[in-house]
Amino acid sequence: MKHSQNQILNMTITPDQPIKFSPLHRLQWEEAQQKYVILYPEGMVELNQSSAEILKLCDSTRTLAQIVSELEQKFDTTGLTNDITAFLGVALQNGWINQN
Amino acid sequence: MAGSTKTNITPPRWLLAELTYSCPLQCPYCSNPIDYANYQSELSTEDWKRVLTEARKMGAVQLGFSGGEPLTRKDLPELVKHARDLGYYSNLITSGYGMTEEKILQLKEAGLDHIQVSIQASTQELNDHIAGTASFEHKKTVARLVKKHGYPMVLCVVLHRENIHQMPEILAMAEELGADYLELANTQYYGWAHINRDLLLPTQEQFEQAEQIAQAFKEKVAGKMKIYYVVPDYYEDRPKACMNGWGTTFLTIAPDGVALPCHSARELPGLDCPNVNDYSISEIWNGSKAFNFFRGLEWMKEPCRSCDEKEKDFGGCRCQAYLLTGDMYNTDPVCSKSPDRHRIQQAITSAKTCASSNSQEKPLIFRNSKNSRIFAKN
Repeated sequence: MKHSQNQILNMTITPDQPIKFSPLHRLQWEEAQQKYVILYPEGMVELNQSSAEILKLCDSTRTLAQIVSELEQKFDTTGLTNDITAFLGVALQNGWINQN
Repeated sequence: MAGSTKTNITPPRWLLAELTYSCPLQCPYCSNPIDYANYQSELSTEDWKRVLTEARKMGAVQLGFSGGEPLTRKDLPELVKHARDLGYYSNLITSGYGMTEEKILQLKEAGLDHIQVSIQASTQELNDHIAGTASFEHKKTVARLVKKHGYPMVLCVVLHRENIHQMPEILAMAEELGADYLELANTQYYGWAHINRDLLLPTQEQFEQAEQIAQAFKEKVAGKMKIYYVVPDYYEDRPKACMNGWGTTFLTIAPDGVALPCHSARELPGLDCPNVNDYSISEIWNGSKAFNFFRGLEWMKEPCRSCDEKEKDFGGCRCQAYLLTGDMYNTDPVCSKSPDRHRIQQAITSAKTCASSNSQEKPLIFRNSKNSRIFAKN
């Protein structure tokens, strides 16, 4: 198992390619839970607000840098690159997003 | 005793809509009740729509259309559309029998999110024998069409002694069909599987060998195909956290409208499971005797009561405790702390003896209306 985890962890975001949300998953606001969730066969992931904000921008038009700059502007802050890159790495491993 | 008022009630998240007990297949491990012939009535389209609406309002979001074979319901596209409008993530759990490309497109249009196709084995001969119907080639065609039309394709193979040796070929078939998810479900011994257990339960060696092969495959396809492996709990020493805890997450509605905390709960005595014809989903979920029966931890006997793992596995499965010990309050006998653990060992030994005797004295009892009527009478 260790080997496969390492393989997956090597998946990283390619900076110059736009990121899109996987057509095999659904990102949706859940009124009853007051949060965004990702739905897929046999499963559901509950998202915190920042994760949801990032994923909502994965619409196959924006690259990593564009997502970072847009969120830094929206929340009037700087230095989000590392956090967003790390989260999108996890999202990529889980198949929630993909590139090209 | 049953049902503590102190227990915090969480809303349902998963709804299993068993639309019908009617099925063209005859799988001898079917999870439907063996006396399903007793329950002939089916909810109307309008009733199902109300059920979907009410459960969604409470917070249910994952929806399985199941059966029997849900494709036998003519109103399936209408129900799928209603579910989509409400925001459900809906899954069609099908044998593939009766599925056409036209229906796949129609259901996509209606808003169905994914389709789970079951295949019984990796060869036509064994698939058609277990299914009790010639269906192998068609199932593979359906799996390819599901994929072609952009659904996540979930392939489900139920494992037991007749097919577990085919593990390498089953995995190759899943890869060849391009499955996005592969559910390798070791048979759970309820319903029809329970009465056929001597003929279905693999030996520990068979199970371990198959699991090893599946594990290696899981590593090989990581990132491409997700494997859901349902363990055979008879070979575990701790019980499964059945239904994520009674009345916490799962709601099953049987074809006749009976609401069940799990799809096997119908066989438990004295639950008086309510019917959606008489009560709202909210009344059923929050207030009914059945849904409060094993909520929380207050109902437990020893060794569960003083066990430091009780919040992890909730004492295991109530239906299994009932089926194997005759008392639904008992610890799931799968647990090595259970005083009834020997019953699991007896079942394993009995199945092993049956396998090695190679006798044809006890044939598989296939799941069909003729056989069900026999159980319905008794």
